[in-house]
Order: sequence, then C-alpha cells, then structure tokens
Amino acid sequence: MIFMPVILWSDALVFLLIGAVISAVLHVRKREHLMLPWRRLAHSSVAMVSTLVLSLFLVIGLLDTLHYRVALSQNSSGETVYSSEVLSVFDKLVTPLRTRTEKTYSAPFALHLYAKESMTDAQGNVVRDYPRLQYGGAHLADESQSSLDVMKRIANGGVVGFLLGCLLAWLLSRRVTRAPVLVSLVMLVTLVGASVELATAYHVLGTDKVGQDVLYLSLKSIRTGLIIGTLTTLVTLPLALFLGVAAGYFRGWVDDVIQYVYTVLSSIPSVLLIAAAVLMMQVTIDTHPDWFETSAARADLRLVALCLILGLTSWTGLCRLLRGETLKLREMEYIQAAQAFGVSSMRILSRHIMPNVMHIILIALVMDFSALVLAEAVLSYVGVGVDPSMISFGTMINGARLEMGREPMVWWSLAAAFVFMLVLVLAANLFADAVRDAFDPRLNRTESKA
Amino acid sequence: MTRLLKVEGLVTRLRDGAAIVDGVSFDIAAGETFALLGESGCGKSMTALSLMRLLPDGIEDHSGSMYLADTPLHSLPEREMRDVRGGRMAMIFQEPGLSLNPVMTVGEQIAEVLALHTGLYGDAALVRCIELLTQVGIPDAARRVTEYPFQMSGGMKQRVMIAMALAGTPKLLIADEPTTALDVTMQAQVLQLLRETQQQSGMGMLLITHDLGVVAENAHRVGVMYAGQIVEQATRGQLFETPLHPYTQKLFAALPDARRSGQPLAAIPGSVPPLGSVVQGCRFASRCDRAWGLCSEQTPAWSEVADGRGVRCHLYVHGIEGGERRKKVRDKRQRLFEVHPPAHSENLLRIDALQVHFPIRKGLLQRTAGYVKAVDGVSLVIPRGHTVALVGESGCGKTTLGKALLGLNPITAGMVSFDGEPLSEVRRGAEMQMVFQDPYASLNPKMRVAEILEEGLTALGIGGDSQERQTHIDSLLDQVGLAKDSKWRYPHEFSGGQRQRIAIARALAVSPQLLICDEPTSALDVSVQAQILNLLKSLQEGLGLSYLFITHNLAVVEYLAHEVCVMYLGRIVERGPTEAVMRNPRHPYTQALLSAVPRIDGTGLEYVRLEGELPSPANPPLGCHFAPRCPQAMPVCANKFPDMTPAGSANHSVCCHLYPLQPN
Repeated sequence: MIFMPVILWSDALVFLLIGAVISAVLHVRKREHLMLPWRRLAHSSVAMVSTLVLSLFLVIGLLDTLHYRVALSQNSSGETVYSSEVLSVFDKLVTPLRTRTEKTYSAPFALHLYAKESMTDAQGNVVRDYPRLQYGGAHLADESQSSLDVMKRIANGGVVGFLLGCLLAWLLSRRVTRAPVLVSLVMLVTLVGASVELATAYHVLGTDKVGQDVLYLSLKSIRTGLIIGTLTTLVTLPLALFLGVAAGYFRGWVDDVIQYVYTVLSSIPSVLLIAAAVLMMQVTIDTHPDWFETSAARADLRLVALCLILGLTSWTGLCRLLRGETLKLREMEYIQAAQAFGVSSMRILSRHIMPNVMHIILIALVMDFSALVLAEAVLSYVGVGVDPSMISFGTMINGARLEMGREPMVWWSLAAAFVFMLVLVLAANLFADAVRDAFDPRLNRTESKA
Repeated sequence: MTRLLKVEGLVTRLRDGAAIVDGVSFDIAAGETFALLGESGCGKSMTALSLMRLLPDGIEDHSGSMYLADTPLHSLPEREMRDVRGGRMAMIFQEPGLSLNPVMTVGEQIAEVLALHTGLYGDAALVRCIELLTQVGIPDAARRVTEYPFQMSGGMKQRVMIAMALAGTPKLLIADEPTTALDVTMQAQVLQLLRETQQQSGMGMLLITHDLGVVAENAHRVGVMYAGQIVEQATRGQLFETPLHPYTQKLFAALPDARRSGQPLAAIPGSVPPLGSVVQGCRFASRCDRAWGLCSEQTPAWSEVADGRGVRCHLYVHGIEGGERRKKVRDKRQRLFEVHPPAHSENLLRIDALQVHFPIRKGLLQRTAGYVKAVDGVSLVIPRGHTVALVGESGCGKTTLGKALLGLNPITAGMVSFDGEPLSEVRRGAEMQMVFQDPYASLNPKMRVAEILEEGLTALGIGGDSQERQTHIDSLLDQVGLAKDSKWRYPHEFSGGQRQRIAIARALAVSPQLLICDEPTSALDVSVQAQILNLLKSLQEGLGLSYLFITHNLAVVEYLAHEVCVMYLGRIVERGPTEAVMRNPRHPYTQALLSAVPRIDGTGLEYVRLEGELPSPANPPLGCHFAPRCPQAMPVCANKFPDMTPAGSANHSVCCHLYPLQPN
C-alpha cells in the first residue's frame, strides 16, 4: 500500500449525511406529491444558478473530505510507516498550490516578495531589495512580460474553459432548458479554466505570512465552512424536532419543561456559552495528546466538537417554530380521527405530525446554513473557533486582521476570504429563498387548487 | 327603473389561458338585487372581483365592458377607480372576521371610509359613524364605536362591514356570500338588514351565494353560474317555478327536505370541471343526463326564451319544452329507501346527564377560576339503526358532545352506556367513529388512502393479516363508491366529495355501530352534499348503522333524521320525532331557529327575530338559559331552569315553562 485511507470524525459524519440525503432523495422520488415542490424549485432560474454555484463548492468540499496518509519510503523493520501528514484527494489535485510556498507575503500576480531582503547581486554587492518569488512567475525571463503573460494565460484558459463549458451546456441542454442556467454554467467553467491556467504559474490571490498560496487557503476553507454549516444541523435536528414536536403535542408539563429549557438557553449570550464550552473542550484535548495519531485528527475533533457546541446552542429557534406548528396541527381533524381510533401518541407524532412539519425543517435548515458559516468566521476571529492549524475563513480573517494596519496594506487574504464567503453565503441564501418559496403552502395555493 | 350596472362579455383569464369568468353578461337596475348563484369554483367571486378590478395575482388582464351608470369601469384609470371603490360601489366579504382590521377600532375603520369618500373628519365623522352603526342595528352604537372587532360576535362584525360599505353611500353593493359564515339566526338578521337598507337607499345589489334559500329570500333576479358562464338568467319567480337549464333543475332536485326523506336525493354525478378543461361543447354535458351528441360538439349559445329570461342550453334552441322534461326527470327517481327504521329498535347508546366542563385557569398559580360548561347535563338515547340529529347554533356544545363520546374531550360527569354496558376505553374506538366536518382537514395529506384506512385497523389490532386487511380496504372503497385504484393515491388528488367518502370509509373500517357525523356536508356544495347524504342513507340501510348527526342545517335534518334534539348552551331544550319537532316546534328557541331558515318555496314560518347573541357558556344566565333572548319570557324563566315535560305527541318533550307538567 502506498497510501492508507484515513477517516476522520468529520468525514464519517459527512458520509452519514450523504447517505441520509441519498435515501431521502430515493424516498421522495417515488412520491409524486413530495416531488412537486422540488419540481417548482427546478423551474426557478435563481434556484438552479445558485445550485450550480453551491455544487461547485460542494465538489471541492467533498474532494477535500477523502483523506489519506502516504506511505513513507523508509521501512522500519518490515512495517510500512505512513507519513504523519494527512492529505486529501483535493490536496493531491492541487499539489502545486499546496507545495509552492514562498517565504512570506506576496501580492496577487506579484513577481517579487512583499518584504525587502538583503541579497547578493551578480557583482557580489549586498543590496536590499524585493527578491524574486521562488515560484510566482518564475518561468518569466523578462519581468516586463508579466502582464502580457497574464493576459495570454487568461485568454488561453478562458477559451479552453469556454469551449468545455459550451460542450457541457450542450450535453445538458436536453435536460436543462433555462438559458440563465446554461449561461452561468458556461461562465463558471470559463472562470475556472482561466483560474487554473493562471494558478499554475502565479499566486493568483497572493501569499500569506508564511508564504502559503491564498487561493489554496480559500479553497481549503470551503470544506470547513460546509462542515460547520451541515454537521451542526445533524446535532440541531433531532433535538429541535423531537423536543419541539413533543412540546407542541403533549402540552402540559412536558411543554413547560421544554419551553423552560429553551427559554433559558436562548437567554444566555450564545458567544459566551460557546466560548466557555470551546475552552473546556480545548483543555480536555490538550491534556490528552495520546488520543490523537496526527495533528489533523486533533484539529478535526475540535471542529466536530465545535459543530456539537454550535448545535447544542442553536436548536432553540427551530424548536420554537416546530412547537408552534405542532400546536396548530394537533387541532387538525385528522389528528383527532387518529386519536379516536386510539392510535398511540408516538405513532401520531411520527406518522401524522412529523411528515407535516418537514417543509418547515427543510426551510429552516437551508436558511440556517449561511448563518452557521458566518458564525464560524466570527468565532474563529474571536479565537474560540476551529483549531488554529485548521484552515478556515475565520482563521484567514484572524490572520489578516493584524496586517490591515501595515503600510502598504496586505489586503488580499481578507479580500479572498470575503469574496469566497460572500459567494458561498449568497448562493446559499438565494437557494434558501427559492426553497422557501417552493415549499411554503401559502405561496402555492393557487397552483394546488387549479 | 334605471339601469345601474351593465356588464357585457366579461372575461377573466388565468395566466395559463384558462378562463375563470367566460363571457358573463348581466345588468342590475337601481333598487334591484341580482343574485349570482352557483357552486364553489364556478367563478362567482371572480366576477365580483373583476367588477371591483381587485383581481388577485396570477390573473391575466380581462376583457369585456362594464358600465356603472355611464362610467366605463373597464377603461377607468386606476386613480379614478379608487374613488369608485367604496364610494359608488362597495363590497362586503364572506368572512367578517378577516375583513376587519383587528388593531383598529370599528369607529376608526368606518371613519377611514368617511374621510375618503365624504370628506367628513373628526366629530362630524364620529356622529356619522354612530348613525351608520345604529342604522345597521347595532345596539348602544355610541359605545360600540370605540370597540375593537374582537369584542364583537360574527353577526355584529358583518353588520359593521355593512355599515362600512354604506359609509360611502354606494349606488351598487356587492355582497359576496355575506351570510355563509354565520349561524341561521344571524343569517336571517343580516339578510333582513340588507333588504331594509336597500329599500331605504334604493341601491342596486349584486348578491353572490350558493344557497338557494338566500336567493329566494333576497333576490329579484337570478343568474345561475356554472364553470365560469351564466347558464340561466331569470326573475326569482320564474326560476323557482320552472327552472330551465338542466343544471338549475338538478340543483333544486338535490336539495334535501322533508318531502324527499323517503327517497334518494337527485345528486349530480361528478364535480365541476377544472378551469379551462372544456374548450368545446357544453360545460355541463358530462354531468347532464339529458346530454346528446350536439352537447359535446358545439358550445351552446345564449338564447332568450322570454322577456329578460335566457338560458345557455341546446334543449331550448331546438324547441323542447322545459316543463315536460322536468317531469320526466322527477319520475326517474323511483327507488325508495325504507322510510321507517327497523321496528325492533333497542337502545344502542344511552347518555345520562353528561357534562363536559373545561376549567378556566387564572392567575400565577393557574388556579381554576370557573368552568366553561360546554355540555351541561345532556341525556340522550340513540336506538339501533336510527338517526338522531343534534341541532343548534355554533357554540352550543354539540361538537363538544360528539367528541366527548369519542373520548377526545374529557367527560366531567355523567354516564355513557353502549349496548347496555358502560362504555369502556377499549371498546370505544371499535364501536363509535366520527366523520368530521372538513374533508380537507380530516385526511392527513402525507398519507395514502390505503394507509389512512388501515390506521384504525392497526391501532385496534383487528382485521387479520395484511392480506385480509387489503381485501377489507378494497371492499370499503367499493362500499363508499370509490374506485379500487384510488387506494394508492394521496388525498390531494381527490375532490371534496370524494375526500368525504374516504373519511366515511375510514370510520367504517373498524365496523362501528354508531357514526358520529359532525356537519359532514357543510363544507360541500349542494350537488355533492346530495351524493354524501345518499351514501349515508344507503349505508344505514345496508349495515344497520346508527347516526348521531350534528348539524345546523335544518333541511338536512328533515331529510335524514328520525329524531331531533335541539341544543342551546349545553343543554337539550327540545326533543322529539323529526316530523313533530319540525312541524310543530314548541320551544321558543326551536321556533326562532326554524323561522330563520330561508325556504325556497316561501312557506317558512313567520320570522321570529332573536335579540342579542348566544351567552357565554362560562357564565350562563340564571334560570332558563334562553330567557334573556326569549320573546315569550316570563318572570319565572329568570329564576329556574325548566324541567323536561312531554309536549303534544308521543316522545316529543320540551324544556320550557310555557308547557308546565300537567298533573294527571
């Protein structure tokens, strides 16, 4: 074996989530009335374009989830020894980005470092100047050619991407007839093509303090954001669903207890609560270094724990929503008809109430996603977020904030994190909006009547 | 009379091209009431909204011409249209609770209209508000003007709506099902009020309704609508004497009443075709038993039969007399139901002094501060194979009683015995089942029909293995007249009438002996109501079921019930055989209730106007509950609740001091 697959905690949970989504899709596909809102969604151009953008992020995130460790060349007593560095398939794909680290900051498309260094020139004199980058634009003999070269690469990559996009669009055009979707597909592939062509020769978004490519950091951050946004819901969902529905259906003391718990929980400042929990967890992790084989595993467990903590503090909103809906549903005549047959409470909850609150859950989850991605950034900035060694939008921003005051300013880390997060959250929000419109029974009344 | 409104060729289309209103033409003279009659979904309300130019989203522009006096409404700019709305043309909506703003006082809402259309402000507006409220019969108007809508009852709110409509002194009043959401007694009050105000102000009125009784009471001329078209237009007298269009004839035939109680109602098969589905031919052809080839090929044109009377049917173009035809239709109904219930009728259900009280909790510690006595000592006997109807206004506790029997509401006190034995929790589900009011709310939209029907079997652990259950479900569907393949479909794929059939099948699945029917037809159209009533009757005949029929529709009672119990504020005030109670009501409340029902043949009793509202069951009046509203109240009524005394014929008894117990 030249490599050993590694399944981190978050990976396992992601696979679980994918499994759940696939089984849900299979379940829905068989039922025409459940398909109806999804069909409505498919008719909305905004939804399809945002799905396209989201799926690009998703593909990157998923590739980044397949982890492995490479076998080292030296064998110790016949056993294969694996590197302590955990890599992902995505890392492998973008290896040049990962490995080509400069000394320190360099601006986007720069040929020189951002800091002066003492160098010995050809004559043997020591001069202080901006040294050439080790990798960025290293292929250029003549520095003045750089902008021409950039243009050429944009054109080359763009054309290749454009043609590829057109091919894809043509293949898809039978299934997807909406022009905006196809146009954005072509644009997206063109953009990716141009970036790939550029990224092989330049640091498109510059480098950070330790010389890592910012584009690479941004792309790696996507997985962290997606994990926080989706896994947290795995924690939130059972709590909110069960407690909310139970509170609404049983009323009485059950309702009182559940309401009391979530009212108290939601009146504690959430950042404070999260900070306290994260610090406690940090201490636990630090006192048990023997739990973890690699540093990646440690950082990953911290990420999962953060999801857990975020989930435990953010289920209250959905719970309240579900309680209200259940209060309304329990007075419906079909619930009373079931009660008249003596159907057990658990069965009424699972057969009658839960299927009828699913649209609320879906809408709430999609809308919560973007809030969670942003929450991670805020928490990491405050210093109670993910492990400092984990690449995330929050750590990027945190690292960049000190350099904002530097003259001349280092702006690209922050700008890159900002742009990537904006696109991700905007796409998620637009998608959430479309989902809400498609699933809200009040907005689709005329259609169902006709 | 001058022509006030003239509508010609009005067409309103959905975005996908389906016409909801398709070539409607009519006119209304000043002082005249024109009624648009039709079942739900036939475009009545859309016609009204097109007139007001208040069409909802998703509706494409409309064509046709509308003239209010000489003003062309169809081409008026929106700015001027705003002055017309609420000014020369006002509208009252169906649901008074939803058409008043809950955070504004009644006075403020009327003053808004006054400021806009008459330029009255401040004190002058207030004076006019009080005047208007007095005009619509609201007692103590000076105080009421500062109240909020939630402090008023439904009938009161509808009066306020009428006052608001009158504030702009309209020439034309559009009333969209103004009484559908109200009780019969309130309905009678509101209809009378509309008649009176029309006489005073001489305005024209467009009355939209599905209720032939309301038409008979208030309309001068009638337009019958079907699937977006007016299929017949006539004066009230003409229409009620000789309805021409087969649809109108069937509507009349589908009405339940006492004379038809031995025979099945002439239900119209099927339901109204979906919008835009019929492009060619007569829209009624698929449900018409007199349709012939031409009906599905050629769209019938509008033909004037006599002066001002027209019909859209091939029968009259081709010169066939309407009256003769109608007789034939009547003769078609020969198969009679058994008029009398089985003679050997032992008592199936016996209720003794049943009480259902809900505690009112107050204060920090949720101490019980009193009780809402929803059902307060009801005794009732249902013999096997009989139908007992429970009649009363909304809020009198009839539904609470039904649900208490099923264990859905806790019973405070009293005895319920079933088949001679006290009713146990275990047997309850298998012996009694309920058919609910709204078939749209009583079926879980996320479950398939087979799953819905099987649920009761699973819960009660009966019906054998899954194979036997499936055959049982098949036979149930067959029993209620649904195709077997509907088993794997979801409720939203069915129409209202079909859904109610599924609900009945669900109740029958566990083979109960007693069905509690809680207004099972009040959410359905007349033609579909007839189908369901026929089904219930034939099921009773075939299975020997007993029904406790909870309703406020007295016509249905007359048609279906063997016995009637009249309920008022948690107690039964009069009971007896249907014939006796309906023909010879003793209790003043029953008399008032019966007199309030609009009759299509004009043979109704003299209208007894009930003052005030139903008192709160949390704080019932001392003595006879009905005394404060009773036109014949005596001093003794205020002190003591009367005992049940026999009245006239056998089994007929009444709770009223007017009929003291005869010592013999």
